[in-house]
Amino acid sequence: MTNSIEEITDTDAMFVIGSNTTENHPIIGARMKQAVRNGSKLIVADPRRIELADYADVYLQLKPGTNIALLNGMMNVILENGLYDKKYIDERCENFDELVNIIKEYTPERAAEICGVKSEDIIKAATIYGEADKAGIYYTMGVTQHTTGTNAVMSISNLAMLCGNIGKESAGVNPLRGQNNVQGACDMGGLPADLPGYQKVFKPEVIEKFENAWRVKLSPKPGLTIPEIFNGVHDGSIKFLYIMGENPMVSDPDINHVKEVLEHVDFLVVQDIFMTETAEYADVVLPAASFAEKDGTFSNTERRVQRVRKAIQPVGESKPDWQILMELMNYLGFEKKYLHPEKIMEEISSLTPSYGGITYDRINNGGIQWPCPDKHHPGTKYLHKGMMARGRGLFMPAEYVESAEMPDSEYPYIFTTGRILYHYHTRTMTGRVEGINEIAPSSYVEINEVNANKLGIRNGDRVKLTSRRGQIETTAKISEIIDENVLFMPFHFADGAANYLTNSATDPIAKISELKVAAVRIEKAK
Amino acid sequence: MNITIDGIQYEIKKNTTILQACKDAGINIPTLCHDERLNPSSSCRLCLVEVEGTKNPVTSCSTMVRDNMVVNTKSKDVIKARKDVLNLIISNHPMECLTCDKSGNCKLQDYSYEYGVAEGTFKGAKRTPKTDTSNPFYDYDARKCILCGLCVRVCDELQGTAAIGIENRGFDAVVTTPYNEGLINSKCVSCGNCVSVCPVGALSPKRQKYRYWENKKIRTTCSYCGVGCQMDLVVKGDKVVDVEPAKDALNNGLLCVKGKFAYKFINHPDRLKTPLIKINGRFEEATWDEAYRYIRKKVNELKPEYGADSFAGLTSARCTNEENYLFQKLFRAVIGTNNVDHCARL
Ligand code: SF4
Ligand code: SF4
Ligand code: SF4
Ligand code: FES
Repeated sequence: MTNSIEEITDTDAMFVIGSNTTENHPIIGARMKQAVRNGSKLIVADPRRIELADYADVYLQLKPGTNIALLNGMMNVILENGLYDKKYIDERCENFDELVNIIKEYTPERAAEICGVKSEDIIKAATIYGEADKAGIYYTMGVTQHTTGTNAVMSISNLAMLCGNIGKESAGVNPLRGQNNVQGACDMGGLPADLPGYQKVFKPEVIEKFENAWRVKLSPKPGLTIPEIFNGVHDGSIKFLYIMGENPMVSDPDINHVKEVLEHVDFLVVQDIFMTETAEYADVVLPAASFAEKDGTFSNTERRVQRVRKAIQPVGESKPDWQILMELMNYLGFEKKYLHPEKIMEEISSLTPSYGGITYDRINNGGIQWPCPDKHHPGTKYLHKGMMARGRGLFMPAEYVESAEMPDSEYPYIFTTGRILYHYHTRTMTGRVEGINEIAPSSYVEINEVNANKLGIRNGDRVKLTSRRGQIETTAKISEIIDENVLFMPFHFADGAANYLTNSATDPIAKISELKVAAVRIEKAK
Repeated sequence: MNITIDGIQYEIKKNTTILQACKDAGINIPTLCHDERLNPSSSCRLCLVEVEGTKNPVTSCSTMVRDNMVVNTKSKDVIKARKDVLNLIISNHPMECLTCDKSGNCKLQDYSYEYGVAEGTFKGAKRTPKTDTSNPFYDYDARKCILCGLCVRVCDELQGTAAIGIENRGFDAVVTTPYNEGLINSKCVSCGNCVSVCPVGALSPKRQKYRYWENKKIRTTCSYCGVGCQMDLVVKGDKVVDVEPAKDALNNGLLCVKGKFAYKFINHPDRLKTPLIKINGRFEEATWDEAYRYIRKKVNELKPEYGADSFAGLTSARCTNEENYLFQKLFRAVIGTNNVDHCARL
């Protein structure tokens, strides 16, 4: 997030797109509802009529995969009606002309046609966003998990810059990060081309810095992303795979492919707190301690580095992941020892400029938001104050392009996936909580009443879903929140797993798979 | 502005309630229906104080200070009025402190102790017992409900769900869902924010038994979603037995169902407890030394033959920063490849 969670309360307008906030980020969802009470306007765009839609001034039930058309349509209205922030653009942005050039083709009528919404609603949404003094945009995977995800994210930035909403309190561009420490995993260099703090492995000065600190030779060659790693196993170039705290056998697209990979790889190490669907394939399973059994830090979606504290001893012989990794490094001949995670954080802050001022002492109460370059810096509530991090903000207009797989006569429905309130990711944790299973016991597919009637499907019927990649059985849930010709399924469940059907086609830049759009067929199970 | 509380003068900001002014001055006023995050409801009347020049005592939680106000918080009349309030409540309260989960953390118990109110003297019929145990995570016991309304207001004003309300008036009032359909059939999303705010044992989590004086609390960060709510893990012995939200944090005393109630995986019997090595297709328990040696053997076999870039690792958005740092360091510095990624895209 460019901005902070608490700033939501004072915003003038919120635009929530591709995020079922009250279920997936419930406390942020609650804040949004509080903001509406406080007088903030709300625009919601989502293929499902989610809870926030009930609070919205405008709700746009757009077709999955058409975000860019909607965003462009809104910018068209804003440009036409002079609702943009000319001074801000002159002072802080560049490439405005190209934006105007592309956007002028996206009249609200054309955008409405592509998105399957009313043009008046696009105009209304654009007017609310354009007229607000402080307007924040909030999005999640509904924007990114598309083959055009990167362009959609840029279109969101375009819209925000157009109205001067970046570098302002209670505004901004706010991707809500899904998993507790996905922000931190990225910050810490859990990416193939990035050392901690997004320092690029292909830059000689970066490599030199880390070689000096770690006293080893490092490779300047960017590594492989997950899809590339899986393909590498397939073609025999990857022999050794180490998976820590991940369960791709449920969470990743095209599970049949993942399964082949896990069966095929020469040597697989899995480190987790439970025997997961993925761990079943391992040659070695290492038992890890849970978050309640260790010290450390998580970085939340607003870049706040907060403490995790040990409450109980690790169960059985399990060990905290940091200790396992350190001991394995020692076994492999790398003689560095850390007595406590605090010592690791000292090393992190010495090498990661944005974490330069993070120490356990300083974050003890309430945490600190990075960038925090030194030990006197209070942290950063919102980014790009005064100027963009890169200098001028660059408009990067994008054209709407169809999803990789569109419905056709053989696979006539758009299949989209997501999370629900009661479960977390692949249920390795929530699946072991009794009450949760009482409320949300098994997988289901949401289908609109009109489609259900046509197919003779009743609520609770077993149905068979088929895509070009696989087939599953699940239970039909007739729901008025889902649009006609669209099916929604939560991906949490291993039994009847949605990801047997999803498409692993990826965005060319971010390498994110198109989990939000696949073409499927649905029929009653025999 | 200036105000005098119990004979001492204080400098107070405008737009402050008497309650807040007293708190700033270090004077404790008992409250049952007050929560600084909510609009005042002035329903319990326990926070009464005397203001000179006003005939009746006022509720300090909802009365703003005025310049030169003179407030008495400890006069005989005030103490008597508070005792009457407590007396009235416990006259209609089952005296089950011996078996009540809330004992030791109950405001009614604490204030009765403080004010020496041992039993209710307004005898008469007790309210009809009515419980709702339909929710898998928490119960409502109307007999213990003091009708402070905090749960209803939290659910409405902060959680924004408005699943519950107070039905009927006076003697028969209860907290309930529309049409008495039961919590499990209502709009309730099981966030437990009502439970966290209930000052007595009326709303209580379904939990393992523990007493508040035999546990410890450890502040930590929720391990589910990226919001990063702050919470206290309540620990008894070597088990996490409850979770409470932190108020002085970004979550402002709220949690969702996962943070509040989905903690039982921690001590679940399925937890992996030893390293496992697969031998002939079956997992066998191993020591850490054996597991590490086995991995080392494989690394030493594969690396010379296929090179460091034949290794790849998936680090974890579930693990700490320190662990993610070490994971990529293991691959980059020890093995020698940049093939490190994680599920940021899921
Ligand atoms: S659990 Fe949450 S939603 Fe349910 S009644 Fe309580 S506060 Fe409202
Ligand atoms: S259930 Fe608890 S919080 Fe709700 S009105 Fe009764 S006593 Fe107050
Ligand atoms: S309590 Fe709920 S909203 Fe808060 S961090 Fe945990 S999962 Fe997220
Ligand atoms: S706390 Fe003031 S009336 Fe209840």
